[in-house]
Amino acid sequence: MAREMWKGNEAIAEAAVRAGLEAYFGYPITPQNEVLEYLSHRMPELGRAFVQAESEPAVINMVYGAACTGARVMTSSSSPGISLMQEGLSYIAGTEVPMVLVNVMRGGPGLGNIAPSQGDYNQICKGGGHGDYHPIVLAPASIQEAVDLMPVAFELAHKYLNICTILIDGSIGQMMEPIQLPEMQPVVRKEYGWAVSGAKGRERHILTSIYLDVPTEEKTNLRLLGRWREAQANEIRYKEYFLDDAEYVVIGFGTAGRIALSAVRAARAQGHKVGLFRPISVNPFPYKRVEELCKQAKSFLVVEMNTGQMLKDVQAAVRNRIPMRFYGRLGGVMPFPDEFIQEIQEMIKNPGKPDDDPADLWYQRMMAR
Amino acid sequence: MAVTIVNPQNLVYARPKGFTDTPTHYCPGCTHGTAHRLVAEVLEEMNILDRTIGVAPVGCAVFAYNYIDVDFVEAAHGRAPAMATGIKRVLPDRVVFSYQGDGDLASIGMAETVHAAARGENITIIFINNAIYGMTGGQMAPTTLPGMKTTSSPNGRDVETQGYPIRVSEMLATLDGAGYIVRRSLHDPKNIRLAKKAIRTAFETQVHGLGFSMVELLSTCNTGWGVTPVESLTWLEEHMIPAFPLGDYKIAPAVAALKF
Repeated sequence: MAREMWKGNEAIAEAAVRAGLEAYFGYPITPQNEVLEYLSHRMPELGRAFVQAESEPAVINMVYGAACTGARVMTSSSSPGISLMQEGLSYIAGTEVPMVLVNVMRGGPGLGNIAPSQGDYNQICKGGGHGDYHPIVLAPASIQEAVDLMPVAFELAHKYLNICTILIDGSIGQMMEPIQLPEMQPVVRKEYGWAVSGAKGRERHILTSIYLDVPTEEKTNLRLLGRWREAQANEIRYKEYFLDDAEYVVIGFGTAGRIALSAVRAARAQGHKVGLFRPISVNPFPYKRVEELCKQAKSFLVVEMNTGQMLKDVQAAVRNRIPMRFYGRLGGVMPFPDEFIQEIQEMIKNPGKPDDDPADLWYQRMMAR
Repeated sequence: MAVTIVNPQNLVYARPKGFTDTPTHYCPGCTHGTAHRLVAEVLEEMNILDRTIGVAPVGCAVFAYNYIDVDFVEAAHGRAPAMATGIKRVLPDRVVFSYQGDGDLASIGMAETVHAAARGENITIIFINNAIYGMTGGQMAPTTLPGMKTTSSPNGRDVETQGYPIRVSEMLATLDGAGYIVRRSLHDPKNIRLAKKAIRTAFETQVHGLGFSMVELLSTCNTGWGVTPVESLTWLEEHMIPAFPLGDYKIAPAVAALKF
């Protein structure tokens, strides 16, 4: 199939359609509107369900209902809208039904702005809603990668009966890139042993997240944890660049990781032994691989478009074995490769000590600007 | 050996097929049991038990699925119409209903309710209006009457600071998407029969694809109201019906023409 120019949001929408999306529910919010707009004609054209709901709480509860039928269901939104969905996301996690969520992150907190940001990492990866649950989160760095991860997201959601989030930012949603779309997959509605569809010829199914009997709720939490541990063991995804002989490793996800690749290439051209580690599954996070990289690296540079939210996960893997540096831009500011190149050069010049607090040192540098 | 207690030809009252054997958790005197039974009877009579999906609310009826014997999901507080929408859009040939109280439907879930009606969503809502939050212990509801004492309006609902009760049926009847909106009461046998007929019409509205249907049922909460079961029935008749007049608020012409 030929490569075509597609806008990120529309490509994601079409990729979801081709992955067998049966129902989409959404609400307008910038910078993800094109997902909603695209699917408003594409879904009815294919005889599939589309509703523009009255609010994000309504959206996520429509998703919840559709997910209870076992259908491939998705919604998309951007940061403030995702906050409004947290109640429903917790119920979906607690009921153990599958869904795909696309978060096209923007600057925050509050109303913030509509510029690209990675400020929702903690909210998305660490749960966001109430209770003990662990959503699967994939963070592509290009439109092609997002398109390729779409069928994966549905498969993971259904395999682990969990929320699978595609975490991107406004830049990936809004830009255009040449991509190759996958072939159209047929919609296959499996007969799940848990889904509601009317109890014709079988025992009835009840889907709920209420367990007033406390030991049963504990058992439910353990069941969720068991499935999560399986995902941790089997669903680690990342991409490595120039790591074979790298003495210095830059770590970044999504757009920050993509910008870092330009910086790493430039630093290589200058003769520095620098590589890039880009987590794709940011939850489950590739702790083990990061830990292994400590053995070969003299120092890590973590780059993000937030105040160091993924940094905490990297630190949990590094455990002060090697010095680390952090560089973040906030509130919708996109870093330039030059800024990362400078950070790489500084790191090589002065790697610091393993006990240094990289977030603190970064903050001091930001304030001294 | 099975003992026949009642000959089939003499049987006039039995547990409907749509009811499980589980005894309800409702307070003695509460009309939830009556409302549940009417739904179960209607689903059985329409022969749609095996293609119906219920959506339970948060409130006293949170465990409705323990009693009404169909596929069920349990919604978040107030979100049942949205959840029902999600199910119905994926499975348009199934029958989807939600069962909600006044706090769930008319307070936290008002937006979901109004917009489901506005979209003409082909779902049915059984709306239990007992003018109080039952499960949480008798707080003021959006349908609490002016001057009515609750645990969060201990001196009686003061309309100056706590506002006025909402008449949901009247409000939804203004929406073009609504096919069938009526208010009935469960305080005596005659009204219970009328309520059952309305529930039947509401489900027929859905089965025929004629838009959003809701039956509001004036109900009692003798525990929350602090009266005996019998007193609660009288109180409903004397106080609630004047505030929430019984009647047909919206019957679309196509619904009026239904024969069943």
